[in-house]
Amino acid sequence: MQENKNVNYLTAKESRQISRENRRITNQIEKNRNRRNIPEAEYLTNMQDDGNVVEFDGLKTYFYTDIGVVRAVDGISFNIPKGKTVGVVGESGCGKSVTSLSLMQLVQRPQGQIVGGEIRLNMGDGKAYDVARMPTEQMEKIRGNMVSMIFQEPMTSLNPVFRIGVQLDEVINLHNPEMSKELIKARSIEMLDTVGIANAEGIYQRYPHELSGGMRQRVMIAMALVCSPQLIIADEPTTALDVTIQAQILDLLRNLKDKINSSIMLITHDLGVVAEMADHVVVMYAGRIVEQGTAQEVFLNPVHPYTVGLMASKPVVNREVERLYSIPGSVPNPINMPNYCYFRDRCDRAFDKCVGKYPPYFSVSPTHSVACYLYEDQQHAK
Amino acid sequence: MQNEKAPERNEKKHVSTDNILEVKDLKKYFPIKAGLLGRLVGQVKAVDGISFSIKRGTTMGLVGESGCGKTTVGKTILRLNDKTSGDVLFNGEEIFELSNRELRAKRPQIQIIFQDPYSSLSPRMPVGEIIGEAVKEHNIVPDDKFDDYITRIMESCGLQAYHKDRYPHEFSGGQRQRICIARAIALNPDFIVCDEPVSALDVSIQAQIINLLADLQKEFGLAYLFISHDLSVVEHISDTIGVMYLGSMVEYGKTEDIFENPLHPYTKALFSAIPTPDPTVKMDRIILEGSIPSPANPPLGCKFHTRCAHRMEICETEVPKVFDFDGHVVACHLYNKEKDR
Repeated sequence: MQENKNVNYLTAKESRQISRENRRITNQIEKNRNRRNIPEAEYLTNMQDDGNVVEFDGLKTYFYTDIGVVRAVDGISFNIPKGKTVGVVGESGCGKSVTSLSLMQLVQRPQGQIVGGEIRLNMGDGKAYDVARMPTEQMEKIRGNMVSMIFQEPMTSLNPVFRIGVQLDEVINLHNPEMSKELIKARSIEMLDTVGIANAEGIYQRYPHELSGGMRQRVMIAMALVCSPQLIIADEPTTALDVTIQAQILDLLRNLKDKINSSIMLITHDLGVVAEMADHVVVMYAGRIVEQGTAQEVFLNPVHPYTVGLMASKPVVNREVERLYSIPGSVPNPINMPNYCYFRDRCDRAFDKCVGKYPPYFSVSPTHSVACYLYEDQQHAK
Repeated sequence: MQNEKAPERNEKKHVSTDNILEVKDLKKYFPIKAGLLGRLVGQVKAVDGISFSIKRGTTMGLVGESGCGKTTVGKTILRLNDKTSGDVLFNGEEIFELSNRELRAKRPQIQIIFQDPYSSLSPRMPVGEIIGEAVKEHNIVPDDKFDDYITRIMESCGLQAYHKDRYPHEFSGGQRQRICIARAIALNPDFIVCDEPVSALDVSIQAQIINLLADLQKEFGLAYLFISHDLSVVEHISDTIGVMYLGSMVEYGKTEDIFENPLHPYTKALFSAIPTPDPTVKMDRIILEGSIPSPANPPLGCKFHTRCAHRMEICETEVPKVFDFDGHVVACHLYNKEKDR
């Protein structure tokens, strides 16, 4: 057994060494973060385009685990324009949730750290903050107010021991401390009404376990939208729901988005949902963006072999295929990522160029870019 | 479904060579008990009179929202639950009339693959033992050929022979599902209940598992009952489809018939709710109001009438009859007139 050493196996000594090194790095970052009265200048930045709500620029979020550093998000850049829906697609473990959690500063610390890049958040009044450097107190004012999040599991993300009303009131109260109790209650009930809950006053008094999955997800949406945020992050909002309920919830999200004029960052693995909701699509693979463009471009003319494979492997109603295409192999180990294209070993169109370093982005059209050497020559003239 | 099929019940012992499984008017009620003495206060009608049959070597898909009783049907067929009434004929034999000893002998022929590959494998057993345990128990192969047999089964499911000594936690979700499939296949079954085998997996892994199931079907002539809520997967894999709503089968027929010409309003709504991965297609959505009613207290008459767009007066009082249009079966009052003609 000795000659073929298992790469997944670590000796106790190696493991200790990694832990010590990790602690050194994370302690340093934490110390830097926990300083008091960080001046605004440190996290003030400028938007590249004022029409965007959020700009991710080279974001890197790493997890320092005891078996090595996991590069969950490794240098991704994309923009979320005002009033648009951006869909982030990818398989589990590709870093789509970590991207959204980085934006909310909810990454599990101290193991998980944003180690590079900027997340520029448009504050509306000509100012822009870099979320990656923002102190926690400042972030608390933004979280739930400017940017809010709808989580995947409506069953576990509501507190079981508080009534629905109390949980909704809390959000309003935190961000509008001057409002009176009656006003807050009226606002909560109005919000429950907006998300299509028939008996809003009755539901206000209920506990989460008394509601069905679809109703709970509606309450979650009400909670996310109560402060009219500029950006709603919907992290797999319908994965736990049935198709008929999913259709209801997607319809609701679409209508409410237009009503309060905000943007949606929709994270999902369901290509159908993305096609239906999103204006722009970002395809992620192993912590990097492999392809991005408008929904039309990505769905009608997918260029990256991974995107093509992903589309072909999903059975579609009324499209007869004898056998589904399946992408061979599986995602590489996140700790020992290769230094060439992460998809090369599974790619059926790999060629000699793919031996080199990870491909840069080539644009196929002004809005459509792909990280694959196949398109190096087809560069669209800018 | 009960109205039409009732007279056939006398021919219970009739051995049909065509159908591997026949389910007739199957009912399964779960009691609701309350208070200190466990008084019976009601019943959850999880499965309320459904009938269907599966031909040898074919796949039947069972679709419906969560809580409509799909899984209960699967479990009751395997006699993992007791039935309340009705018949389950496997190869023409009533499963619920078998003695324990006979049932044990039958077990290898009917297998199940569960939804969650994370919780359905014992974390303390190496994979070889997980797959081989039942093979030894039922003496499927002689002892001296046992190792080769397990290796062969694992290879046909896309696993390597050296995986035998590993534990389930060392595998990814897709590989675990392969182990579950290998465990079922190892007993040389005729019929497998697949209870949402791909719902917990990623799209690209889903395709691998679906292809594997299709290959195995060809190789071993298996019949599947494929339970899923993902309609596109069901369309791809099934020959016939049953659509369930609140414990009843509302529509049943060949896959092409059902997808090209859905008859029941619920089926229509269900199909229109499937998101299509094509941004140019804008579908006319039929969005159902509200959610599925409680099976403990289902609506009178047609169970679907509370959410139906084509509701008539009769729907609120009378249980719809079952109409058979050349093997395409539907239970809905909308077709009362057409059938009279």
